Amino acid sequence: MATLEIRDLHVSVGDGADGTKEILRGVDLTVKAGETHAIMGPNGSGKSTLAYAIAGHPKYTVTSGSVTLDGEDVLEMSVDERARAGLFLAMQYPVEVPGVSVSNFLRSAVTAVRGEAPKLREFAKEMKGAMDALSIDPAFAQRSLNEGFSGGEKKRHEILQLELLKPKVAVLDETDSGLDVDALKVVSEGVNRFSATGDTGVLLITHYTRILRYVKPDFVHVFAGGRVVAQGGPELAEELENEGYEKYVKAGASA
Amino acid sequence: MGLDSRPVSMLDERASYEVADFEVPTGREEEWRFTPLRRLRGLHNGTAEATGKVLVEVEAPAEVTVETVGRDDARLGKAYVPADRVSAQAWASFTDATVVTVPKEAEVAAPTVIRLRGEDSSAAAYGHTTIILEPFARATVVLAHRGSATYADNVEFVVGDGAALSVISLQDWADDAVHVSHQHARLGRDATFHSHNVSLGGDLVRISPSVAYDGPGGDAELYGVYFADGGQHLEHRLLVDHSVPNCRSRVDYRGALQDADAHAVWIGDVIIRVEAEGTDTYELNRNLVLTDGTRVDSVPNLEILTGEVAGAGHASASGRLDDEHLFYLQARGIPFDEARRMVVRGFLGQLIERIEVPEVRAKVAEAIEAELER
Repeated sequence: MATLEIRDLHVSVGDGADGTKEILRGVDLTVKAGETHAIMGPNGSGKSTLAYAIAGHPKYTVTSGSVTLDGEDVLEMSVDERARAGLFLAMQYPVEVPGVSVSNFLRSAVTAVRGEAPKLREFAKEMKGAMDALSIDPAFAQRSLNEGFSGGEKKRHEILQLELLKPKVAVLDETDSGLDVDALKVVSEGVNRFSATGDTGVLLITHYTRILRYVKPDFVHVFAGGRVVAQGGPELAEELENEGYEKYVKAGASA
Repeated sequence: MGLDSRPVSMLDERASYEVADFEVPTGREEEWRFTPLRRLRGLHNGTAEATGKVLVEVEAPAEVTVETVGRDDARLGKAYVPADRVSAQAWASFTDATVVTVPKEAEVAAPTVIRLRGEDSSAAAYGHTTIILEPFARATVVLAHRGSATYADNVEFVVGDGAALSVISLQDWADDAVHVSHQHARLGRDATFHSHNVSLGGDLVRISPSVAYDGPGGDAELYGVYFADGGQHLEHRLLVDHSVPNCRSRVDYRGALQDADAHAVWIGDVIIRVEAEGTDTYELNRNLVLTDGTRVDSVPNLEILTGEVAGAGHASASGRLDDEHLFYLQARGIPFDEARRMVVRGFLGQLIERIEVPEVRAKVAEAIEAELER
């Protein structure tokens, strides 16, 4: 059973000389298989930093604490090793990579993560099925990665990768932002298909409670000032919906 | 022509068949300042002995006429007058020339392949090639350069009215080769010219593709892909001279550089003369720097002498691989080296895709793969 454990994680951004700024100030979080965790918090609270630090983005430096996946030290791994170990980050702003086609990219990623190249015909079928489920036009397979995709298309494409790569734990960084309600439903259904097996964990980072109507969290964590300042069940999301983040922002600042 | 209607970028331009009309370059001239003259092995100053040989072999479809002719053939040198000393030296020194003629209205699907193979770089060889498309002919020509050579040549493309020529020139020389070449295209009314230069091998390669228009409606697309490894000097100097109305040109050259003293030079000159109203042009050069120790010189020049253009622009950008591209691919499990190859392949591949002949396209893609494996 997959378990992602984050212990007392401190993360800074910057080169370490002058402009260094500590963004995460001691995060503790455990995501187990079969669980969906929502992380909610105001802008600038460090939610995205947590996502990128888990994935290993070079811009962020872990200054102390630990991240383990099934007991393995994630922080010791390179970015691609983390992905192959079973971590996935659905990005808030997926980059455009000119000249690299979606199908070539997906096949390379699936080959890397599964450890062997899928049979061409079977993979084409698998890809088409997954694209249909997310209402992605099959013509996308031939286009350059994310190039000229609308915001909604980019997010659906992130979930397509999630469904094909089948990680142990998926971190979704504001996958709901910028989506209209139809796209939000399509994306949520994809996330629910992913977690339906019960042996995967989801860490859903969001600013809004809207997506939580479609993806039901087991746990809700409120993030402020670079740490978790409150935890609870789905009812906490409702409270945030009604009262906003204000009292937690104060709590985060004084911590 | 008054002074104000003469393009500034042409003020020191010369055109002559006589070597003596050109001073021996010193390296201080604008047109030579990026080229390491010492590595030209005397091609530029008359000291290169013309005892070397580059073997020419042509494979052509039945409709195409291929001839090997002597210096006195009247068709040679009609489209192009040498514009620098090495070019004049090549004109003065070649012994026989290759003339390829595609007859009027012939539409030839299969490519005409001209293989130029050098066997020895210790002595200089000079060449001349003239490709003639008669009106409304369509054809593809491949110039494949391989082996060891110290080689200077001129290539003329005479594209008749309404004709369409696609040329792929592959510089896949051995590591010790030196190649200085002028490729000049003259486009008739409504003629189309597509050129792909692929420069991968050789110690020093300096290619000067140029385009002139004889009538309105001419359309030139000039593409180039190069991959400079340690110590290589790869230089491309483009000149598109819009002198008649309503012609179009596109230039897109992209290169990758890796390892110490890899040097790429790209000069993109576009002139839109007073008469050339309705011109539509855009030129672009991009370089991807893969390691430390490389050098790129990229100089776009656009000189517009009329207010009536349909479009004119240029851009140049050189930079490292984008960390965000690599992060995205790696975050999907793709190892760093493969991610890097995918990004470079994608960057250059957008131009390779434009090569119209599938088997040539596949060959070029394969050659790029080999560079990436180095």
